Amino acid sequence: MYRLKQSLSFYWPFIRLGATDVWRHKTRSFLTMLGMVFGVGSVIAMLAVGEGASHQALESIKRLGSQNIMVSSVKPTSEDGPTAQQSARLAVYGLLYDDETRIRETVPGVEKTVPARMVRRNARYNERQLELRVVETVPSWFEVVPRPILAGRILNEGDMSSRANVCVLTEFGVRKLLAAEEVLGQHVRLGSGVFEVVGIVKNESGGSVRAPDSEADAYIPMPTGSNLFGVANSRPISGGIESERVELSQIIVKMTGTDVVEAGAKAVEAVLKRFHKKADFKIDVPLSLLREAEKTKRTYNIVLGAIAGISLLVGGIGIMNIMLASVTERTKEIGIRRAVGARKSRIVVQFLINTCVLSIGGGLAGLVVGVAIPIAITFFTAMPTVIQPYSMLLAFGISVGVGIVFGLYPALRAASLDPIEALRHE
Amino acid sequence: MDNEVVKLRDVKRHYSVGGETVRALDGVSFTIRRGEYWAIMGPSGSGKSTLLNILGCLDRPTSGEYWLNGVNVAQMEDDELSDHRLKNLGFVFQSFHLIPQLTVLENIEMPMFYLGVPQAERTRRAKTLAERVEMDHRLQHLPSELSGGQRQRVAVARALANDPAVLLADEPTGNLDSKTSVQIMQLFQELYEQGKTVIVVTHEPDIDAYAHSHIVVKDGRILTCTV
Repeated sequence: MYRLKQSLSFYWPFIRLGATDVWRHKTRSFLTMLGMVFGVGSVIAMLAVGEGASHQALESIKRLGSQNIMVSSVKPTSEDGPTAQQSARLAVYGLLYDDETRIRETVPGVEKTVPARMVRRNARYNERQLELRVVETVPSWFEVVPRPILAGRILNEGDMSSRANVCVLTEFGVRKLLAAEEVLGQHVRLGSGVFEVVGIVKNESGGSVRAPDSEADAYIPMPTGSNLFGVANSRPISGGIESERVELSQIIVKMTGTDVVEAGAKAVEAVLKRFHKKADFKIDVPLSLLREAEKTKRTYNIVLGAIAGISLLVGGIGIMNIMLASVTERTKEIGIRRAVGARKSRIVVQFLINTCVLSIGGGLAGLVVGVAIPIAITFFTAMPTVIQPYSMLLAFGISVGVGIVFGLYPALRAASLDPIEALRHE
Repeated sequence: MDNEVVKLRDVKRHYSVGGETVRALDGVSFTIRRGEYWAIMGPSGSGKSTLLNILGCLDRPTSGEYWLNGVNVAQMEDDELSDHRLKNLGFVFQSFHLIPQLTVLENIEMPMFYLGVPQAERTRRAKTLAERVEMDHRLQHLPSELSGGQRQRVAVARALANDPAVLLADEPTGNLDSKTSVQIMQLFQELYEQGKTVIVVTHEPDIDAYAHSHIVVKDGRILTCTV
């Protein structure tokens, strides 16, 4: 502490000297700083734009849960066999309850599995109608896809055993269907059944990745669903009715930790492949998606960083040029200072601080520009941007660095002038 | 012995220009005691400037000894020479050599800045010095706003700022008219009377006349030395 104070009191006059040097040449200093202003500004702005672009994707992947493995039923492609389009016959494919049991019992590291059947159905409340995605599932769905409960409660074991006609709606669906009326305890018609609304959960809309929840969901107990709707699902298509029998739309496998997720996914695939001849399932590992997205983001950041780095380099070279001109212009002053008894190192410090005042001043102004640009972008184009707090620190560090690196050569050149020659300079 | 402020022993300064050796100084010896007033005379090209540079610790002799204030500075490193300039020497130049961006006060303060004198003390002493050269009414002016004679007064005040053992003046009246020349030389006279050691380099006999001891340099050697 004492040493710091000592060195500060030693350097303070030099810092003042450097700052007044800058102030004496206001116009020139301002123009010199511009390079730094835009260099630092572009670093912060680019990082903010890049971060904004990947932020949403990353967030929606994170929402899937990094410990989860999502296994979904997919309709096999036509090469694999006859499809529903050919006739009104029943298409049978997808995951089975047996699959869930097999996964739970044979794959190591499984904490729990959650089955779900998802069917789009019309929901009615008085004269209002809305197509909802009805999710037949079990209470633990809400553990693996945690969402804040806005009102009421979620499904419980009682609902399961009593096959109660209750449903939990998402916020968005509630707003569309029930408008502003008292929601809990109301009865809505879902397909052929009437359900009491017992709870509302929050959901995130607009996720670009296949999230387990969608904007307008109605969650009902699985036994109630199979009782009421069965496992076959028919919907009208052009030229007939398409019927398909899918026991489970999705199995969410929650692993005990993120470290076993990727091995778990391989094991799940191996188990399922043994019993499914057709490729009628698909495995998504949010963790892998996350890693992938983060890798993409890193690459993106490196490219942006390199571009911004070039603009900083240009700014730095600009400063160096001006400082070299300044050294030439101030040759006589250097000669006088040396003749009076200033050591070379004092001259170096003086010019180095002069450069640093320029580059840090430019850097601070660049900080303002760099924060303003993303805000303006978000304001005018609604493109998301995230200003990184660390990027401001980075910008400050870079401006100090640029000042020292590009100031060193002019400063050393100033100090190496022969005082006799320098005094003769006109 | 203690009174010897400047002592040169067989000082030589040779340059090599295009393979040829130029003997700018070729064996110069003399001694200056505290409180003396010396003039160094000589035509241009005589080695007078080289001698001044060596006396001023701006240049090093090729060989020989230079004792400044009891220390042999002949072969010192640049940093040590800088320190000797800072502590022992005060310069007055022909073309004043004030820093144009600094005010009169700041110019006078400058050597004390490098000596590490605190700001308040620096300003106080600079003001006293400005009074001594009768420039205290122009403290906040820039050198460009002053006349030649005024600038040289400020330069003298700056040269005194570190309370030097030797005041070195290089053609101090070279850029001044005869009237202001007299004023500046009177200022040196006063300083001499107050006990300063003064060395003036000149080629003007009028200026030479103020000094009490005289050296005439020619072709790198001392032609005459009158004490």
